Parts: sequence; C-alpha cells; structure tokens
Amino acid sequence: MDFPEGLYYSKDHEWGKVEGNIVIVGITDYAQDALGDIVFLELPPVGTDVEANVPFGTIESVKSVSDVYSPVTGKITEVNDAVTDAPEIINQDPYGEGWMVKIEMNNPDEIKDLISTEEYQKSTEE
Amino acid sequence: MDYTPHSNKEIKEMLSFLGIKFLKDLYNNIPDKIKQKKELKLPEPLSEIELLGRLKFISKKNISTDNRISFLGAGNYDHFIPSVVNYIISKPEFYTAYTPYQSELSQGILQSMFEYQTMMCELTGMDISNISLYDGATSVAEAANMAISINKKKKILISETIHPEYRQVLKTYMKPRKIEVFEIPMKEGITDKGQIKENLIDESSCLIIPQPNFFGNLEPIDEIFPILSGSNTLAIACVNPLSLALLKPPADFGADIVVGDGQILGNPQSFGGPSFGFLTCKKKYLRKTPGRIVGQTVDSAGNIGYVLTLQTREQHIRREKATSNICSNQSLNVLAACVYLSYVGRDGLYEIAELCYRNAHYLFQKLVAIKGINPTFNSKFFNEFVVYIDLDSTELKKILSKKGILGPICLEEWYPSLKKRYLFAVTEKRTKDEMDLLIDTLNKALKVK
Amino acid sequence: MNDRLIFQIPYLEKGKQILPTVPNEISSIEINIPDNLKRKKAPELPQISEPQLIRHYNKLSKKNFGVDTGFYPLGSCTMKYNPKINEEISRLENFVNIHPYQDEEDIQGALQLMYELDVLLCEITGMDKFTLQPSAGAHGELTGLFIIDAYHREKGNKRKNIIIPDSAHGTNPASVTMAGYNAVAVDSDENGKVDLKKLNELLDKETAGLMLTNPNTLGFFDENILKISKMVHDVGGLVYYDGANLNAIMTISKPRDMGFDIVHLNLHKTFSTPHGGGGPGSGPIGVTKELSKFLLIPTVELNNKGRYYLNYDKKDSIGKVKAFYGNFNVLIKAYSYILSLGAKGLKRASQLAVLNANYLKKHLSKYYHIPYPEICMHEFVISAIWQKEKGIRALDIAKRLMDFGFHPPTIYFPLIINEAIMIEPTETENKETLDMFIKAMIQIAKESDKNPEILKSAPHKTQIKRLDEAKAARDLILKYEYK
Repeated sequence: MDFPEGLYYSKDHEWGKVEGNIVIVGITDYAQDALGDIVFLELPPVGTDVEANVPFGTIESVKSVSDVYSPVTGKITEVNDAVTDAPEIINQDPYGEGWMVKIEMNNPDEIKDLISTEEYQKSTEE
Repeated sequence: MDYTPHSNKEIKEMLSFLGIKFLKDLYNNIPDKIKQKKELKLPEPLSEIELLGRLKFISKKNISTDNRISFLGAGNYDHFIPSVVNYIISKPEFYTAYTPYQSELSQGILQSMFEYQTMMCELTGMDISNISLYDGATSVAEAANMAISINKKKKILISETIHPEYRQVLKTYMKPRKIEVFEIPMKEGITDKGQIKENLIDESSCLIIPQPNFFGNLEPIDEIFPILSGSNTLAIACVNPLSLALLKPPADFGADIVVGDGQILGNPQSFGGPSFGFLTCKKKYLRKTPGRIVGQTVDSAGNIGYVLTLQTREQHIRREKATSNICSNQSLNVLAACVYLSYVGRDGLYEIAELCYRNAHYLFQKLVAIKGINPTFNSKFFNEFVVYIDLDSTELKKILSKKGILGPICLEEWYPSLKKRYLFAVTEKRTKDEMDLLIDTLNKALKVK
Repeated sequence: MNDRLIFQIPYLEKGKQILPTVPNEISSIEINIPDNLKRKKAPELPQISEPQLIRHYNKLSKKNFGVDTGFYPLGSCTMKYNPKINEEISRLENFVNIHPYQDEEDIQGALQLMYELDVLLCEITGMDKFTLQPSAGAHGELTGLFIIDAYHREKGNKRKNIIIPDSAHGTNPASVTMAGYNAVAVDSDENGKVDLKKLNELLDKETAGLMLTNPNTLGFFDENILKISKMVHDVGGLVYYDGANLNAIMTISKPRDMGFDIVHLNLHKTFSTPHGGGGPGSGPIGVTKELSKFLLIPTVELNNKGRYYLNYDKKDSIGKVKAFYGNFNVLIKAYSYILSLGAKGLKRASQLAVLNANYLKKHLSKYYHIPYPEICMHEFVISAIWQKEKGIRALDIAKRLMDFGFHPPTIYFPLIINEAIMIEPTETENKETLDMFIKAMIQIAKESDKNPEILKSAPHKTQIKRLDEAKAARDLILKYEYK
C-alpha cells in the first residue's frame, strides 16, 4: 500500500496536493484497493462550488457505491475527463493519472485541517 | 404430504450431533408467551390424489375463455400462445432457478434476457431495456418515478385515455410523496392536445400517453410529444407491444421512456397475473432505470458470457438511494415473451398484428351497420374499439352469454359519461364464424327492440 | 464454447405459417394507419425454424442451475423444492384461461381460492385480513408502507421516519424512500439483534414505524420482539413484519402474537412456489382489523349466500399497486402447498429447515469463522475472514463451490458481517446432501491454505469460467448490435 509523502489526507480517504491556492484531489491507494475494480465515476462540472467534508461526487465499483468528499471549500477549476472515461486509471495510478478534480480554495488555511501521511497511514491500520 | 426427505434415524443422528434431544428444543430461545400452544386450524393434509381432485373441482367453478367466444380485453388478452413457449418455460433449469446473481451457473437465463433486451429495443426503437417490472401498471409508476428522479419535478401529467387501473396505481404510488398526478382530459376518445398545452408547466416532470389507448384508439403521438419540445418534461409512452409491428416505434416521436404490459407476448390471461412490465429508454437515463439489466462480458478464458450489470442502481447495493425497490421481477414471463417473439419472428409478429387489426375492423364495420349500434369515436384504432349499443349492460350480457359470448366490457363504471358504450377486443384467435355469431345475435336482439 | 445469440442463427427468408388462412372478407380489409404513425421498417426479430428455436433454448437451459439441478443454499432466498403437482394444478385450463373482467359468476373458483388462501394465511400469521395483490416481497413492503402512511395521515401527521435494523434487506430502505419516508438504521447489538438502547434513542413522535425480519437476516430469532413492538407502539408507530424468513417458524410462532401490525409473506420462498429465474413471485400483505380498511381494492369477500365477490366499496383503501388482483398463478401453487402439508407438514418443514441449518453450522464452525455461535433458525452466516488473511475472499469460495456441483450461498450479505457467506439449506435437503456440502466446504478451507490459486481461478468445471463483471460495467454492451 502506497502512502506518498507531501500530500494532505482526509479521513474519508481522499488526498490533496497543494499547488498555490489550488488543491488537486483524488482517492488514496488504500481506498481504491478497498473498492476493487472501479467502473464508474460521477464528478460535477467545472465551476461547481464544493464544501469541505461534503460529498461532491460518487465512485462505483461493481458492487459498491461511495461518495467522494471534498477536502476543502472552494470551486472546481478542472475535472479529469480521462478518469471519468476510463475509471480503471484510478486503480492503476491513484496518486498520478488518477486525480479527479482541481479545487480553488476559498481559504488556503483550511488545508491544515487535513491529516499527515503518517497519521493517515496509522488510521488505515486501525 | 410434505417434501422433507429425512428418515427418523437421520433426524436423531443430527439432533444428537447438536446435543439436542427434541426438535422443539431448537426453538428454546423463542419466549413461551409468543409460542403457538395449539395446533393451527388448517385443513388436514391432502394426498396428491385428493389435492388434484379438490383443485380440479374448484377450477371447474370458473368458466374458461376457451369454452366461450371472448371479446374481453382492456389490458388482458386472449392471444395465441405457441406450444414451444410452455415447453421452454417448463424446463426446470429455468423455472426452479433464482435471480441470476451467480452468473457462471445462470448463463441460460442471462443470455435469454440479453436477447430479450435486444428485442424490446428493436420493437420500441429505444437504446436500452431492463428485464422487467411487475406489470404494465407498475411500469407506468416506475417510469414516472424515474422522470421525477431525473428532472426533480413534482407533477405528473397522464392522459385520461390510459387504463383506469394504471392511473389508480400511479396515484397510489405518488400520494405519500405528495406528487401531483394530473389527468389530461380526453376529447372524442383521444388525449386533448389543447389540455396538454394548458397544463404543461415548469413543474411538469413527465407526460404519459398510451398507444393505442384504453379504447383501442390511436393517439396522435406524432403531434403530442412535440408539444414537450423545449421543456424539461419527459415523454413517456405506454404501448401495446404487438401494435408496434404496425406502428412507428415511440422513439421516432421523441419518447424518453417506453413502458407497457407484456402479457400479450406469450403469457396466458391467468386472471390478470402474472404478466410483466417492460421498460426501455434513452441511453442517457441508463443509471436512473429501475430493475435488473444484463450486460455482455467475457470469462477468464476469453469466452463471451453475460452478467447482471449496473447493480449499483439497485436496492441490494444502494439501499435507500436505489432507483427502485424492485428485487424479484417477472423473469419467467419475460422468458415466455422472448420465446414467443423468437418463434413468431419478424414476419409472424406483423401477420398477427395485421390479423388482429383486420378482425377488429371487420367486426366493427358489421356492428355499426346494425341499427341501434353506433360508433362512439371517430378515431383510427388497432384491435380494440368502442361502440354504442342500445342495450343496458345486464341485458346485453344476458343475450350474449346465451350464445356463449364473453364481453364486451361496459365502460360506464370507469367513464360515467360513456353510458351504454362497450369496449370490444378482437385477437387473431377469433374466427369469422365467431364474429358473425356475435353480429347475428346483436342484430336479432336489436331488431326485436 | 460461445453459444450463438438467437440473432446470429441465419434467418429464414420468410416466416413460418402461424395463422390460419382467413376468408377473403377479412383478408381484404385494408390496413389504414395514418402515414405519420405507420411503421416503415419492421423490427429486426429472429426468423428461425421451430427445431432450431428449441435447440437454442434447450442449449441455454443446460447452462442454467435450478433447485431441480442440485443443492441451492442461497441464504435469505429459501430455495426449497418446488412440488410438481402444484405446477400441474396451476396449469389447469380453468385457471389459466380466465379473464380478470369475467362476471363474478364465471370466476367463483378463482375467487374461492383467493378467499381461502387469505383465510389460511391469516391462520398461519395471526393477522385478520390479507390482500394478495402485491407481486413480490418488495412490492408487499411498499404496500405495507403505504398503509402506514395512510394510518398516520388519518391521525393527522404522516410522520417522517421508518426504523430498520442495519442488517435488513436492501429492499426495506429502498421501499421506505419510495413511500416518502426516511430510512433510519438502528444498529445490531453484539448478538446480532436489535440494540434496544439504540432503538430507544431513535424512537420519537416522528417514528412512523419499524420494519423487522424475524428471524432476522443473520438467522436469529429476536427474543426481545415483544419489548421492541411495545416500544414502537408506545410512541404511536406501527410494526412491520418482513416475512422473508417465516420458513423457520411456521406454526411455531405467529407474527401477530409478536406484536406486528402488518405482515408481508413471500409465497415464492416460504410456500414453495418456484422462483422462475427471478420471478414471478407474490408478496401478500396481512394486517390487523384496525388497518384492514386501508387494504388494496378489491378485496375478496364471501357473502351470506355463499357467493364470493370482489369488494371495491372501501372508501379508506390506499388504492391499487398493480392492475387486476395479483399473480394468480403463483397463488394457486401456494394454496396447494398449504393444503398438501397441513399444520403438521408446515411444522415439520420449519423444524427440519432449522435442524438442517444448525447441523451445517456446527460442522462448519471448525473451519470458518462463525460470528454468532448460538443456535440459529433456518439460516446462518459464516465469515471468510480467516481465509481472507490468505487472500481468499467469500467470492472465491462461492465460485469454487460450483465445481462441487452446488449453487453457492448468498455472499456479502448482511452488510454488517465482513466477507459474509449466508447459508440456507431449507428442509427439502437430506443429510447425505448436507454431508457432501460440508465435505466440499472443508476441502475449500484446506485449499485456501495449500492451494489458494485453485480458489482464485474458480470455477473450473462450469461451461463458462469466471466472468469479468468489471468489464461488463465499464463496456456496457446491453444488447446485440445488428451489423
């Protein structure tokens, strides 16, 4: 299981990578493994306002549906169409090609509410 | 007579393995207070001989439509069923199976359902099909639910010309959620287009139109569905699948969802059930569809196979957010339809539809030539029609039943303004002699008058 | 080997003759459909000979597994043997060829059968009146919830919530939503039963009712049921019985005596009517006298002259949930079944269903994790967590069972058990079959240690190997595309 350094994590198994006041968001390796083969992804269009800890999309494997939570409050500036077309990319490369959306943060300080790599890894082992 | 295969010796062995003395001890954790003390008051068990005798006796208190000449329709019809249908659906591997969750042991059902989906898409012209709802009435209610979940609007427009029981079911389904069901009035036996325009509002989730309608009349859906263009209101057609051999598929008029009852396709009348409801729709609504859907895939050796797919829409996964609560559906009736359509085939379906049409029109023309019988509507129709007969329903029934004729159905109970209006259904099974007997009987009865 | 789809069998140029030749007076009638409505291109349906058709479906039937093929311990589905006499009876001409709008005089037999089935079901459940209209269990649930809605509306407040245990069937919460209520989950306690403390916290003036399967989906009889129903009644709610598991307790305990106000039964489970590869089923609803005025129309009644009739005269009825009266053909089979067994036979069926389940459970307990070890009712849940540590999932075990000639149990349900395998042997299996199943399960447990690959790649002996469900959901080939 991969837990890359330098990312922020949520307890709902999303990761965020900060670039200026933009956060790139995806789901963790742990999450994709638990879901199994991902077959469908529903993401909101660019321009949608999202709120921290509130679902903004859904992700489906063959026999499960989960919400994807926004780690921060802000506006979606970009959506990864490649993963909605071929959701298996998330299984293959959750931290790279498998990113889902970019969010422009309303309050960049909010990122500090997320947890560190170490804390996240620990939470998955519980 | 029961069907448990255990010997007393086996029961004893099993109990002793469990460390239990008597069968009743298996229920020790049920509180005494709610345990049944006395034996239930049920009839003494019957042997197979007695059972068959008793049930034959009961069944004979019914009059089979096969011993009469039936013109009864109104949503349940006396069509021809080829013998191959019963042969196939009686195969134990089909009828004693459960829902095909375990696909490797269910390829027979799954492949036939995939074939069925293809056939229904062909008939209705739509992109995708599910593998059944309970019946035509519930297919209308499920389609309305689907529309509400697609456009989040809270008013349903439904034509008064659809089967009255379908409307009643829709209202029962919608009442608890305070969804308004507005009935578009009819004008001369078809949906009043002006009323659609008048009642189409922003909040209208869908418009439901039958084709042919309850009276057998052809609705001008080529003019009706375009009224919705530019609105977010979904167009839902409730069709007779046999009529689609002659009629343009609803897809050509912009239908979003097509539903209906499938009894006509190889299922007996059976006192109104089981039948099945079908639902086809545009691909963009795929994830909003209720019920099971079969998809094609491959196995680990690369062979083509079939599985239930898109299960994340369904109750066992999505629970309170599922597109519907439906679980058991009407699979065996769908298999009957699949075999029926495969048997009659492209030409056969057309010929059957054609003969239904011709028989109905023959009877209609002869009837309205009789003094005391008049056409009620001026519309084109398929195989059901309404005429005025100058006899009240008790009188009419008495006259016809003497000659072994069943039907027509008196419409007054459902449509109070349609006094002495009678609905006839004519299938391919009716012969000219049978129809002539009806014509002759009414001719004589009305002449005497 | 791939089997052709029916569309890939070469079509005959012209269809076979199906219809008689009709007199000229009829055949000469012109088909006069307005041009705008007239179909221009015939639907592409198969066009093949009868022998070809029979071979096609015969081949398909051989790729299907039913109760008549072998052991089918699918938990929560009660896959018991379907007596053949009931099939024969249901095909009697005067049952098959009757129209729902025939005169009541002409359908006295059908009405009698429905009336008597209603009486029999009342005696078995303790309820006062049934409607036979719902087509399936979920359809019955919806009907029951509509009755709950009508009951509370009459009292002036619809209320908002229906409480459901977290172990419930998915149909329960889905039905709740369709009836305009919120589904509120109550946790199970450490014994897999309703957690009374948690239930107490959830109950309030907005509780419209509680839905409960008893025995529950873990296979346990909730002995607190009287307390539970009283707690719900005390806040003015109604208690709904999901009858999916009645097979364990027929003639032993009546739902009415447990405090239930509304009951649905699954005739296609408990009363042996075949499941048809996914239906038709039948889900009658029984209610107390107080609620009977809300039942669907028409009800079947008997007048003082000994005539049966359809009663539409019910102003408080919630209406209809399907056209006509119900899945009549299914009702015939359930009626015959009850008459064959009588009270003694039903009791024996329940007892032996429970005996079979406990026999299997105890044997398997050495090889599989058993989350709740106490005596179970007609079904039980084991968990593959020991096997999971070696990378073997419940799914692999299910697929491997096919190689032994068994239909797999239900897997991944109830959701509250990790790697759940839910086994319901039913009463119609003998000890020999159970012993063979136990042997297979033991071998599989051993394979998970020594030869996990054979499990991961199972099934091996079926005509088709493990199917790729992810591909099906991604590629979405949902019909045959004509070239």
